[in-house]
Amino acid sequence: MEFIIITLVKMALTAFVLLTACAYLVWIERKVLAHIQLRPGPYFVGPHGLLQPLADLIKLLTKEGVVPASVNPFFYLLAPFLAVTLGLTSIVVIPFTPEFEIFGVKTAMGLTDLNIAVLFVLAISSLGVYGIAIGGWASNNKYSLMGGLRSASQMISYELPLALAIVAPLLLMNTLNFRTIIEAQSGYWFGVIPKWNVFAMPVPQIFSFLIFMTAGFAETNRVPFDLPEAESELVAGFHTEYSSMMFASFFMAEYANIITICCVATVLFLGGWHPLWPAGYGSDLVPPLLLAAAGAMLLFHAGQAVRWRSWDRFSFPVIGVIFLGLSGFFFIPLLKPILVPLFWFLLKAGFLIFVFIWIRGTLPRFRYDQLMRFAWTFLFPVAVVNLLVTGLLVALAGN
Amino acid sequence: MPQLPIALPSQVPLSWYLILSVILFVTGAAGFLLRRNIITVFMCIELMLNAVNLTFIAFSHKLKQVDGNVFSFFVMVVAAAEAAVGLAIILTVFKNRSTLEVDEVSSMKL
Amino acid sequence: MDVVLFLLFASVAVGCAINLVLQTHPISSALSLIGVMGSLAVLYLLLGGEFIAAVQLIVYAGAIMVLFVFVIMLLNAGAEKRPTRKVLRTAVALPLLFTLAGVGAWLAATQTPKTDAVKFGAYTAGPAEVGRAIFTSYLLPFEVTSILILIAILGAIVLARKEI
Repeated sequence: MEFIIITLVKMALTAFVLLTACAYLVWIERKVLAHIQLRPGPYFVGPHGLLQPLADLIKLLTKEGVVPASVNPFFYLLAPFLAVTLGLTSIVVIPFTPEFEIFGVKTAMGLTDLNIAVLFVLAISSLGVYGIAIGGWASNNKYSLMGGLRSASQMISYELPLALAIVAPLLLMNTLNFRTIIEAQSGYWFGVIPKWNVFAMPVPQIFSFLIFMTAGFAETNRVPFDLPEAESELVAGFHTEYSSMMFASFFMAEYANIITICCVATVLFLGGWHPLWPAGYGSDLVPPLLLAAAGAMLLFHAGQAVRWRSWDRFSFPVIGVIFLGLSGFFFIPLLKPILVPLFWFLLKAGFLIFVFIWIRGTLPRFRYDQLMRFAWTFLFPVAVVNLLVTGLLVALAGN
Repeated sequence: MPQLPIALPSQVPLSWYLILSVILFVTGAAGFLLRRNIITVFMCIELMLNAVNLTFIAFSHKLKQVDGNVFSFFVMVVAAAEAAVGLAIILTVFKNRSTLEVDEVSSMKL
Repeated sequence: MDVVLFLLFASVAVGCAINLVLQTHPISSALSLIGVMGSLAVLYLLLGGEFIAAVQLIVYAGAIMVLFVFVIMLLNAGAEKRPTRKVLRTAVALPLLFTLAGVGAWLAATQTPKTDAVKFGAYTAGPAEVGRAIFTSYLLPFEVTSILILIAILGAIVLARKEI
């Protein structure tokens, strides 16, 4: 009974946080892109456009969901449902914190603890293509169909390097369970360099990490591999005919996939919740100091708010005090063992998500044949060689 | 608590898995014999392979040996190879005859 | 709990399989087959085949069926034309198939001991066990399948060339 209640609470929390994160990723993406392109980005709904996701949600919900006359209605409606369901599913196997005890209950952040978690993530991500492919086909539109076809072939092609890149660190870990994988990455070389898989001995998995991220870009249909929705050639690709919440479902699925890929990369390569340097050198103090610095900066800027944004005089101090209060949570002994690992996990995953957006702002799109040639003649051989070298060195080190 | 008309066993008998496998296999065979679209016929073959896999796994569980799992792994590998070649053949057939009906590709030459 | 899960996913599998045969459009059939594969993966989990359940989803549902869907979309295969001379075939095939199903089910029901129940968790074939078996006692078949796949790749490339 206790187990069921805890699981329900965790499910509700995860669903809420994940959906909010998906919505706010849109805001973050627009802001980052805007600053890369020297413009302010969303600015008018709420302070610095912070309520923009809410406005977008209301707009999308109240729009009419048009089902064009020429489509196959069943598949047309099934596709966004499939995409968003499969996109949100993978998060259940990601562990965010180590086990902790709170109010006498032993639990951990993360919904399940499968011993085939890696295979589960691969399975769900390989099914994710159906939403896009079927949506493109059912729309009965040549641009959509081209988008769906491109997506299907791209997903099959990039699944191989992705899987091979995952296998290489697994050779070092000897397990498919995410929690065990993270726990095996604790500790530090020479007391300072973390024993994450990217720095692992005898083979640093830096190449696996790069291959994984590159294939991850293709799996999530992001720039520079966003051929399925290349707006310069295909209008909007597979979601040309979609509107309202069905359109939003595809977007949510894309962002959920990004979050999953980044979390998996954090778990497999960046040591999950382990801090960048040992707690003995004060890594536990980083989160409260960062939050406190952000709060102090906001309080400082409140005094200097420009004349035509006078509400900053009110909103900046409020948010600043909230940040200062949050930093105080890190000193509560009950919460500290939960919040500090969670902070490091989210920091790493957040940085990877930032890289996704950063690359979108800076790289041009591949051509379709370049995309395929890149997968089969470069990425796949490199992944195979990387796997062989890793296996050889692991075998040699084992003897 | 209303009484169910059939008393459900507390655990699934092995024979249920085998019967399910038989039903799936026969459905696949029926599709293979009755359908005329090459792609659908091909999918029915995959369905029959899947039905056989279920038997392998069920017996693997019953005998507490891993061999059944290994066998169905090999079946999947062969199915993957078969799908790649088969779909390439279907593409070629469609390119040459622009039809997917099995009955219309019965002659060896054009 | 096992029984409920079995009945649920077995009926999904049978329903999807019948739908596969009855649908006229290949893409509906393909999706039904994916449904069969998904529910079979759950049944594999009930039987303790963790590794094979994941591989079922990754290889079958995630790669082979994507290829099927890809080809259906590429050829823009439409719904099957209504059958014209299928009556005789159906009349011969269906009774034979029902007989086959009946004999198979009768054998399965009578030839397995009544006490053989499938206990969830009684036996688990995880990745470690399957991997050990593949790379020790089944090493030769494993290597042979790799050659088979190589031949299949070559065959697919040759067949898909423009000139043929």
